Amino acid sequence: MTGSIVAIGMGLAAIGAGIGVGNIGGKAMEAIARQPEAIGDIRANMILTAALVEGAALIAILMAFLAK
Amino acid sequence: MKKNPLLILFIVMFGLAKSFGQHDHNQQAVDQAAPAAEAHSHDHGDHDHTGHDHTGHDHTGHDHTGHDHSHDQPAMGQAAPEHSATAHAAGGHHEEFKADASAFHHISDLNVYTIGPWNLPLPCILYAPGKGLSMFSSGKFGIDNAHHGTGHKAVDGYVLYKGRVLRVADPSFPQGELEISDIVSKEITTEKGEKKDKEFLIYNGQELPLDKSSTADGGLFGGGITSFYDFSVTRNVAAMLLVTAFLAWIFFGMAKRYKQAPGTAPTGMQKLFEPLILFIQDEVAKPFIGAKYEQFMPLLLSLFFFILGLNLFGQIPFFGGANVTGNLAFTAVLAIIVFFVVNFNGNKHYWEHVFWMPGIPAWIKVLITPIEILGVFIKPLTLALRLFANITAGHIVIIIFVSLIFIFGKAGENPGAAWGASPASVILALFISAIELLVAFIQAYVFTLLTASYIGAATEEHHHAEAEHH
Repeated sequence: MTGSIVAIGMGLAAIGAGIGVGNIGGKAMEAIARQPEAIGDIRANMILTAALVEGAALIAILMAFLAK
Repeated sequence: MKKNPLLILFIVMFGLAKSFGQHDHNQQAVDQAAPAAEAHSHDHGDHDHTGHDHTGHDHTGHDHTGHDHSHDQPAMGQAAPEHSATAHAAGGHHEEFKADASAFHHISDLNVYTIGPWNLPLPCILYAPGKGLSMFSSGKFGIDNAHHGTGHKAVDGYVLYKGRVLRVADPSFPQGELEISDIVSKEITTEKGEKKDKEFLIYNGQELPLDKSSTADGGLFGGGITSFYDFSVTRNVAAMLLVTAFLAWIFFGMAKRYKQAPGTAPTGMQKLFEPLILFIQDEVAKPFIGAKYEQFMPLLLSLFFFILGLNLFGQIPFFGGANVTGNLAFTAVLAIIVFFVVNFNGNKHYWEHVFWMPGIPAWIKVLITPIEILGVFIKPLTLALRLFANITAGHIVIIIFVSLIFIFGKAGENPGAAWGASPASVILALFISAIELLVAFIQAYVFTLLTASYIGAATEEHHHAEAEHH
C-alpha cells in the first residue's frame, strides 16, 4: 500500500461537507413538503447554502494538496 | 437511496483498479530483470513502432529497483543503455493500463484537437528564452491518427508527446524538422528525493531529457518555470473561441430581433433563451442585488451563458472533450473578474464591515477583522475551486467508468472480461453523463448566484443606526 495521509484528510473533508449538504437537502425537502408554494425561495436558498458548505470542503481539499 | 449502491461500486472499483495496478507493477519488475542482456543487441534506430498502438514503450519504466536513478539530467552522450533496453524488452509485454494517468491525460489541455480517432492540428506559439518565438502548426510534428497524439518528428527542438508540446532541454539538439525514434516516460528521483515521471526523447540511441512547458503554479502542482513557455491556441482555447463565437451569433441575432420587433412574441432561439435570461434576472439578480441589479445584468448573463456553454460543450462525447471549465486557470480568471467587480463596487458599509465590524465589542473586532480580510479573498477562491472541482470530477468519473473495460480486460490480455464489463461501463457512464448535464446547469447557476450575492453584499445600503442603539 502506498499513498499519503493527505488522502485521509481529503476524505474527512468530503465526509464533513457530505453531512452538511445532506442536512441542507433533507431540511429543504421537509420545508417544501410543508409549504409547496415556497419552492422557488427554498430551492434558491438551499443551493446557496449548499454551495457555501461545499466551499469549506473545497478549502480543506486545497489545503490537503498544499500540505502534500 | 440512489447514491449508496453507486458509491459502494465506486469504492470497489477503485480498489480493483489499485490492486490490478499493483499486480502489474510486480509482474513488470520480474519481466524487466531478466532479458536486459539480450535486449542490448536491439537496434533502437530501426525500431518501427507505427502500427501497434498499445505495445508502446510509454509506461514501462516504473519499478527501477536496482537501477541507478539518482541523476536527474543525464548528460548528452552519456546514454543509459540499460534503461532503453528494458523499455524495449518489455515492449512485447502488454502495456499496463493506468486509469489515473489516462483520466488526467483526458482532462488536461492539449496541443491537438481530438475528434474521435482523428487528431486535428492546432497552432503552436512557443517561446524559449534565448531562442525566441516559434510559430507553427502542431501538424508539423507528424501525428498519426489514433496514436495518442505523439508525434514522430521534432521541430526546432520541440516534440509532441501525448498531445503536449515538450522541448529538448539540450541546446545543442539540431534545429529544424527531423525524425525521432521514440519518447518514453519513466519515473525518476529528483535531487530532493521525490519521485516523479519525466519524459525522455530517444534520438540516435541516446536519451535526452524533455522539459514540460512553464506553469505559473510555482511548483505547487508539480509545474514551475522551465526552458520554454507555451502560448499556443490549445484545445481549451479553441473550445473557448468556438463557444464564444456560437454565443455571439445567438445573442447578437436575438438582440437584433428585440430591437426590430419589440413587444412581439419571441421566435426561434428566443423561445429557448428568454426564459433563461428572465430566470437570471428575476431569481438571481433582483433578489440578491436589489435595486441596482440592472448594471450587473451583463456580467451575470455573460458568466452564466459562458460557463453553461463551456460545460455543455465539454459534455459532447467524441468531440474533443475540452475540459475548459475544469481548468483551474480558466476558473481562476473568472473568479478574479468577480473579485474586481465586487471590490470596486464595494461601498462604505462593505469596507466598514470588513475592517471594523460595527455593533460588536472592540475585542471581537480585533479577532474578526483578519477573518473578514481573508474572506475577501476566500470568496472568489472557492468560486474558482467549486467550478473546477465539480466539472473535473464529472469528467474523471466518466473516464473511470469507461476505463473499467480496460481495467477488467487488463489492456487486451483478457478480452472476455472486457466484453463482460462493457455493458455495465456504458450504462454507468451514461448515467453519470445524465447527472453531469444537470451539474452543468447547476454549477453555472451557482457561480452566477454567488457572484450576485457577493455583489449584493458589497453594494447593499445598511442601516446600522438602529443596531447600535439596541
